[in-house]
Amino acid sequence: MATAVEMPKMSDTMEEGVLVAWLAEEGDAVSAGDVVAQVETDKATMDLEVYDDGVLLKKVVTDGASVPIGGLIAVLGQEGEDISDILAKYGGGSESEAPEPEAAEAEAAEAAVEPEPEAEPVAEAETSEAAKQSAPSGDGAAGVPEGYGHEGQKPEPVPTPAGAAPAAPTDEGRVKASPLARRMASEGGVDLASLRGSGPEGRIVKRDVEAALAGDAPVAAPAAKPAAAPPPAERAPDRAPRPAPKPAPSPVVSDEGYESVPITQMRKTIARRLAESKFTAPHFYLTVEIDMARAVAVRTQLNAMAEAQGRPKISFNDLVTKACAVALRQHPSVNASYLEKEGEIRRHHVVNVAVAVAVDEGLLTPVIRHADQKGLAQISEETRGLAERARNRQLQPEDWEGSTFTTSNLGMFGIEEFTAIINPPNACILAIGAIRDVPVVEDGEIVPGKRMKVTLSCDHRVVDGATGAQFLADVVRYLEEPMNLLL
Amino acid sequence: MAELQFREALRAAMVEEMERDENVFLMGEEVAEYNGAYKVSEGMLDQFGPKRVIDTPISENGFAGMGIGAAMMGLRPIIEFMTWNFTFVAFDQIVSNAAKMRYMSGGQLKVPIVFRGGNGAAGQLAATHNNSTEAFYTNVPGLKVIAPSNPDDAKGLLKSAIRDDDPVLFMESELMFGLKGEVSDAEDYTIPIGKARVAREGDAVTFVAHSKSYWLAMEAAEELSKQGYEATVIDPRTLRPFDTETVLESVRKTNRLVIIDECSPYGGIASEVAFRVQQQAFDFLDAPIARVTAKDTPAPYAKNLIEAWMPTVDEAIAAAKKVMYAD
Amino acid sequence: MANETKKAPRKRAAKGKNDASATASEAKKDNGRLPTGPPKDAPEGADFRFYTEGGHTHESLGLSEDDLLAMYRSMLLQRRFEERAAQMYGRQKISGFLHLYIGQEAVSAGTIQALQPADPIITAYRDHGLGLARGMTANECMAELFGKIDGSSRGKGGSMHFFDVEHHFYGGHGIVGGQIPVAVGLGFAAKYKETGNVAVGFFGDGAINQGAFHEAANLASLYDIPVLLCCENNQYGMGTSVERATAQPELYKQAYAYDMTGAVVNGMDVFEVYHAMSELAKQAREESRPALVEIRTYRYRGHSMSDPQKYRTKEEMESKKNEDPIIRLKAYLVDHGIADNEQLDGVDEEVKQVVLESVEFAENSPFPPVETMYEDVYAQDDYPFIV
Repeated sequence: MATAVEMPKMSDTMEEGVLVAWLAEEGDAVSAGDVVAQVETDKATMDLEVYDDGVLLKKVVTDGASVPIGGLIAVLGQEGEDISDILAKYGGGSESEAPEPEAAEAEAAEAAVEPEPEAEPVAEAETSEAAKQSAPSGDGAAGVPEGYGHEGQKPEPVPTPAGAAPAAPTDEGRVKASPLARRMASEGGVDLASLRGSGPEGRIVKRDVEAALAGDAPVAAPAAKPAAAPPPAERAPDRAPRPAPKPAPSPVVSDEGYESVPITQMRKTIARRLAESKFTAPHFYLTVEIDMARAVAVRTQLNAMAEAQGRPKISFNDLVTKACAVALRQHPSVNASYLEKEGEIRRHHVVNVAVAVAVDEGLLTPVIRHADQKGLAQISEETRGLAERARNRQLQPEDWEGSTFTTSNLGMFGIEEFTAIINPPNACILAIGAIRDVPVVEDGEIVPGKRMKVTLSCDHRVVDGATGAQFLADVVRYLEEPMNLLL
Repeated sequence: MAELQFREALRAAMVEEMERDENVFLMGEEVAEYNGAYKVSEGMLDQFGPKRVIDTPISENGFAGMGIGAAMMGLRPIIEFMTWNFTFVAFDQIVSNAAKMRYMSGGQLKVPIVFRGGNGAAGQLAATHNNSTEAFYTNVPGLKVIAPSNPDDAKGLLKSAIRDDDPVLFMESELMFGLKGEVSDAEDYTIPIGKARVAREGDAVTFVAHSKSYWLAMEAAEELSKQGYEATVIDPRTLRPFDTETVLESVRKTNRLVIIDECSPYGGIASEVAFRVQQQAFDFLDAPIARVTAKDTPAPYAKNLIEAWMPTVDEAIAAAKKVMYAD
Repeated sequence: MANETKKAPRKRAAKGKNDASATASEAKKDNGRLPTGPPKDAPEGADFRFYTEGGHTHESLGLSEDDLLAMYRSMLLQRRFEERAAQMYGRQKISGFLHLYIGQEAVSAGTIQALQPADPIITAYRDHGLGLARGMTANECMAELFGKIDGSSRGKGGSMHFFDVEHHFYGGHGIVGGQIPVAVGLGFAAKYKETGNVAVGFFGDGAINQGAFHEAANLASLYDIPVLLCCENNQYGMGTSVERATAQPELYKQAYAYDMTGAVVNGMDVFEVYHAMSELAKQAREESRPALVEIRTYRYRGHSMSDPQKYRTKEEMESKKNEDPIIRLKAYLVDHGIADNEQLDGVDEEVKQVVLESVEFAENSPFPPVETMYEDVYAQDDYPFIV
């Protein structure tokens, strides 16, 4: 019976091994213990030995191939034996030159897995009421969480020996009391905020609550914000510790001046992916101002026609998407990905433009596939549909996977210009600002103009300054003279 | 009741157990011919002969390991260390072998052995000879650790330790070997491992203190009593397993806790006790738990420095007053 | 004069560093070429024994044909078990450290054959071979490696900590040298209880540099303990060769310092191991005295699974494989007409089957229930854990 030779685990920390060199040929008879190849692990180059006797029927991988633990390396068996079952089991092709297809498959699989299922960052199309200006809103990769909503939490003062006893409620409205005093107050229906603490830093302690219960409490000067009196709790029958209160439903409002908001899966994904992008892809930024006068005119014209035909309107964002797509087709080095693991720069044959869409919990980046081959009407319609589904959390992985470029638009918020974080594995992201009415000098005269600033963030591992600038120049050209898009 | 010195109580326990069980033997430096570095084993060589009272060379690693091997074969060795300071060269034997062999063998073995000797600071001996080793060893699952404060507990607990089927570390004090106290003369007197003793009761504050620190706590309690505060003093006696319940019961009454512990403060016995109390009696605490420990430096030599380094009665009183909000 | 006194320490230092000093290279040669008699510089009164000449027959050693076949099977079982274990490590069925004994099987098989069943033995972390030789089943061993509840230690010990107290095997021990004083304690107990048993404590050549060895050797001799301190010198403490680690690389000579018998044994020859261990155990039993036994052997595998073995050459490995104790015994059995190849291959097949079944057994055994984590820490079964 034929047996599979798998990539063994050769060290405690190994995850995959590189087959450095074959030491046996197909057709060689081998016996248990024979070294047939050398494998480079994370620690060292090790001998790969076989554990069974037989003939080396097939070398499934070639020199230099990287194979995960458990992956098929070779097949042993008797001369002439059918090994298709084993190859099939490990998902290898039945070709005699298996390595290539297999490697390609593995890559494809990996690439497919790359975008995390639950939340691909980035922008939005059209908040429907955002007729304000252009369409798609969103903040591209810039949507990194603000962080914790801390409010005026101050470091606690170092406790000093008792004596000084300021009013218990502190400036922050936080009442200092010992755990016992808190419990006694709660059980006795005493409002802690109404007491003056006699402990260090005004801490309310047992004797203060006892005094209050006895009716001779030194009541504090009216506190800033008297807390609502706690309901008279049913007294626990004995002194056994009471069960801890159930955690309140989130968000939890603590008495320390902030709100705890649980981190959602989407936030985690945004945090992880964008941090990874920002830390591994060296970003640089190219900003340019675009004369949008003609684009405004063209859009007005097109939308008049659309209205007449009962079709949805085209947004400025749709124009930008189209302009980028067409320019990307001409700049394959921008329509690319730097894939460190695979050790290559991949230039994509398709132009898939993702559009950042803001949703309640964060942002998503649905993809307009083959955007370079689609007309404005189709782009507009798809973008609206995707944005709608994004907001309703109805996007499927295929809606956000496979982008080759991303745009993010904050123009509808009046943002003039901003920089966005690249949406990996893209090489670039375009941050789109608002179209502003500005005075411009034309033919020596000051006239009203329409200007829009865009900023291209580039991954310097793939795109150099000049490359990015040339691409951007074409985007500008298409938007300043939209008729070019029709060509 | 008879009044015995601490060393005599220990000796009585060993003699009774050796008379009772011929598998029990005593081994250590100077235990036989010299009659014990601290005269704990005085006369035992004469009574039991060299087969069962065995002088060793200065080889703590070696004879600790030998004892473990003998215990694995069913003997019940008492291994005397001149002091626990010297167990650091036997640390591997105690921690890797005595504590873990039963576990690693899936329960095939037991290691019924007692390691005993003087522990803790003993005056101007400087940094190498003034270690309180309790916290090192209580940190190791598989070991039991006992540190009695008086002759009666010493006798009753040592007898229990010798009979126990697990490795027991028995920590005495060089400064207490001469301490006299009433010792029960009940026949076959044993005290269960893992039970604390409440030495005095009061509702103002709870002291937890073991071994030498226990006496410091008692002195502080007397002084506080004169000032009108009645303290509870608990001697845990056994540090692993620790009688948490007795401490909790008291804290629920007094709402205040001071732990006195000669270990270094970082991760010492006091830290563990404080953790357990805040976890299980949080709502009963009227003040942060206080501890009085050795200072966070190696033990110094100079008289004034070592005195400042050790926990003192004054510190214990100050700590109590602080948690009572009476300072 | 002044010059000379200055010179001496420098020479000493050079030797200490093991650069091309004559002593070190000679030692290396010697290590490969087993000494067959006392060295010229042997101190007066030193009791050195040499079990290196070979040429024994089973009759001359008083071994029956059944004994030979039992040793052959024992060695094969150890070998096949570990080969399969290595494969299972590669398949991630086994994790952590896995130190293989392959090449050293004559030591365990010869020793166990020479000892009485109740003689307590203890070893270091390369413990599969001795455990199996002593009677542990492949099933419980493989299940332990897999970390399963039916393992010898219920999944709590793993590769380095095999125990079989019923068969007087007091464990594999993970800390280098830590088990040597314990071995002396086993012998101490045998003497104390007058059982007539001899304890045997194995350790590697690396462990002889630990203080624990020297304390234990001193105590064993001082107290007249019946214990054989057996140094399995496989030439490398992890990746450091003996002559780079030990000032006196003729390890058996250290016996002289502790006034005990020192022996050198060819550990690639199961007859020599049997011969040496029989004689030395008999002496220890009768005289209640320890001995230091240096058994020269060779591990074919790396120190552990992640060892690329750059510190030795392929040629060295190959030459040692010619000394393979299993092949040698097989040849003896065939040459002497005790068994034919077919019969012996049958033993191999049977053993392979046992090992394959042990893999299946381990595979099918459940993981230990989490609550068993709290078991076996203390003999006291109601010990209050912090949970």
